[in-house]
Amino acid sequence: MPEVSRVDLTPAAADLIRRLRAAHGPLMFHQSGGCCDGSAPMCYPEGEFRTGSSDVLLASLTVEGVDEPVTFWMSASQFERWRHTHLTVDVVPGRGSGFSLEAPEGVRFLIRSRLLTDAERAALDG
Amino acid sequence: MTRYAAPGQPDALMAYEQRYDHWIGGEYVPPQRGQYFENPTPVTGQVFTEVARGTAEDVERALDAAHGAAPAWGRTSPAERANILNRIADRMEQNLERLAVAETWENGKPIREALAADIPLAIDHFRYFAGAIRAQEGSLSEIDENTVAYHFHEPLGVVAQIIPWNFPLLMAAWKLAPALAAGNAVVIKPAEQTPASIHYWMSLVADLIPPGVVNIVNGFGVEAGKPLASSPRVAKVAFTGETTTGRLIMQYASENIKPVTLELGGKSPNIFFDDVSSADDEFYEKALEGFTMFALNQGEVCTCPSRALIQQGHYQSFLEAAVARTEKIVQGHPLDTTTMVGAQASNDQLEKILSYLDIGRQEGAKVLTGGQRADLGGELSGGYYVQPTIFEGSNDMRVFQEEIFGPVVSVTSFTDFDDAIKIANDTLYGLGAGVWTRDVNKAYRAGRAIQAGRVWTNCYHAYPAHAAFGGYKQSGIGRETHKMMLDHYQQTKNLLVSYSPRKLGLF
Repeated sequence: MPEVSRVDLTPAAADLIRRLRAAHGPLMFHQSGGCCDGSAPMCYPEGEFRTGSSDVLLASLTVEGVDEPVTFWMSASQFERWRHTHLTVDVVPGRGSGFSLEAPEGVRFLIRSRLLTDAERAALDG
Repeated sequence: MTRYAAPGQPDALMAYEQRYDHWIGGEYVPPQRGQYFENPTPVTGQVFTEVARGTAEDVERALDAAHGAAPAWGRTSPAERANILNRIADRMEQNLERLAVAETWENGKPIREALAADIPLAIDHFRYFAGAIRAQEGSLSEIDENTVAYHFHEPLGVVAQIIPWNFPLLMAAWKLAPALAAGNAVVIKPAEQTPASIHYWMSLVADLIPPGVVNIVNGFGVEAGKPLASSPRVAKVAFTGETTTGRLIMQYASENIKPVTLELGGKSPNIFFDDVSSADDEFYEKALEGFTMFALNQGEVCTCPSRALIQQGHYQSFLEAAVARTEKIVQGHPLDTTTMVGAQASNDQLEKILSYLDIGRQEGAKVLTGGQRADLGGELSGGYYVQPTIFEGSNDMRVFQEEIFGPVVSVTSFTDFDDAIKIANDTLYGLGAGVWTRDVNKAYRAGRAIQAGRVWTNCYHAYPAHAAFGGYKQSGIGRETHKMMLDHYQQTKNLLVSYSPRKLGLF
């Protein structure tokens, strides 16, 4: 059985992560909610955004060519409303995204979602 | 129908410059690193100007200018500051159509909204805070017969403001007017999606503002916004945006022990009780319009009524009428005065909306109308257009829980008052809400029970100055568009004065 995950990357996202990693060092994501640039995964240098007890670590993403895992976080309250879905981080041409690292590259990370299957939910939620 | 000519066309009301540098210390200053980024109009997707790509060096230079100007500006009399704000408003009024064309080309919104809402409201905000600062008084407390506590308002000094892209000029006015009225100098960073219209505004009012009092630094969040928000040289940060960046700004502010005000969006419920449909009259028509307000500004409003809760007794008939009303929305060229819904502000915004239309369907929400990208043909094919969309589903679906920031409403039903309030409050956010009923007692109780900073009652999407606007829960901190915002831009100085010549006798 393939490994069950909550978060995956498209090849384009993985490629962008490799480039950002080379420029900025180890990376993390925090999924935003709310207005304007919200509902988007924000990419920061690892540790730039201080996570705490109000956050959930959804995944530590392995990216080929990047030594350390890229963590993917979300606030716990938001996770409760997202936990039935699987997230894929993709990249689209775009302009701005809060303080996320990719914006000056003229691209933007984007979440694509699908429902987790019953088997996946059982495996992930126990 | 009137079609305004696009900026720069021979018969256009205004033109953008080919390039904008930073506005620092009352003049244009090129970015230290010499880099610029292209600014496309969402109307056609074509680039119409390029804008300085600011970095920490540019932010420092702007802060230098602001700190140079702040002491003298802070000492000006309230009357003088109010006069300047009123002159800014007058100048904007004289150029209302030009500003509206500039804003539509920048943001993609229909020109009728810019003409009737964005620009007139921005003008009125300057006038409101001109009046508010004239009328503001300190206080005194008589501690005892010989001791008095005086409370003075003092400006904070230099403040940072980070502006969103959905109402570029209006949101700038919301933040600039109270900050300037209170006597602060400002470094403002417009959104990188809409960096240019504020420069056109500045070209109209620059002669009215002392150099260094308003400084505009453009650029990306990570390169220009972060050094501004994290600077120990700003006394306060005001931000409109989303939750993760809001938290990050609070983290930076905590390092400097500085206050922040945040407006972070919502997922606003719009509640229609059964009695709305008890007569087919003017009020019923108004309620249908209130439902359709989800499409205002392409849904790119923090308070978009993106969840419609309709009571079961009239659910079918009201929803049918609401779908019909939505299908009458005229989508078209944003510079046409008959266009009701224009372009989404950017390509990534378009992509995000489409991703939500996808997950909404996967979760089983039913598309009652719309549901796709709109191709309006011709030059607009390159623009970012989405059909006004109505989903029917349940409140636990992600399209009911997340701010899509597009012309998308998610509809569900409720049984009774308690059920309505339960669903309305089952959200992480609490910025806006709407209540529609002919029963004033019910309207009052609903308005008080909903956990949101603004409850429109038998109306929606009105944003007058003099009515406080801000969020409960994760929607933010602070209240804009009201004189109470002055407090967010002022220090309190207490002089505790003894008028007694007698010693205490302790030492």
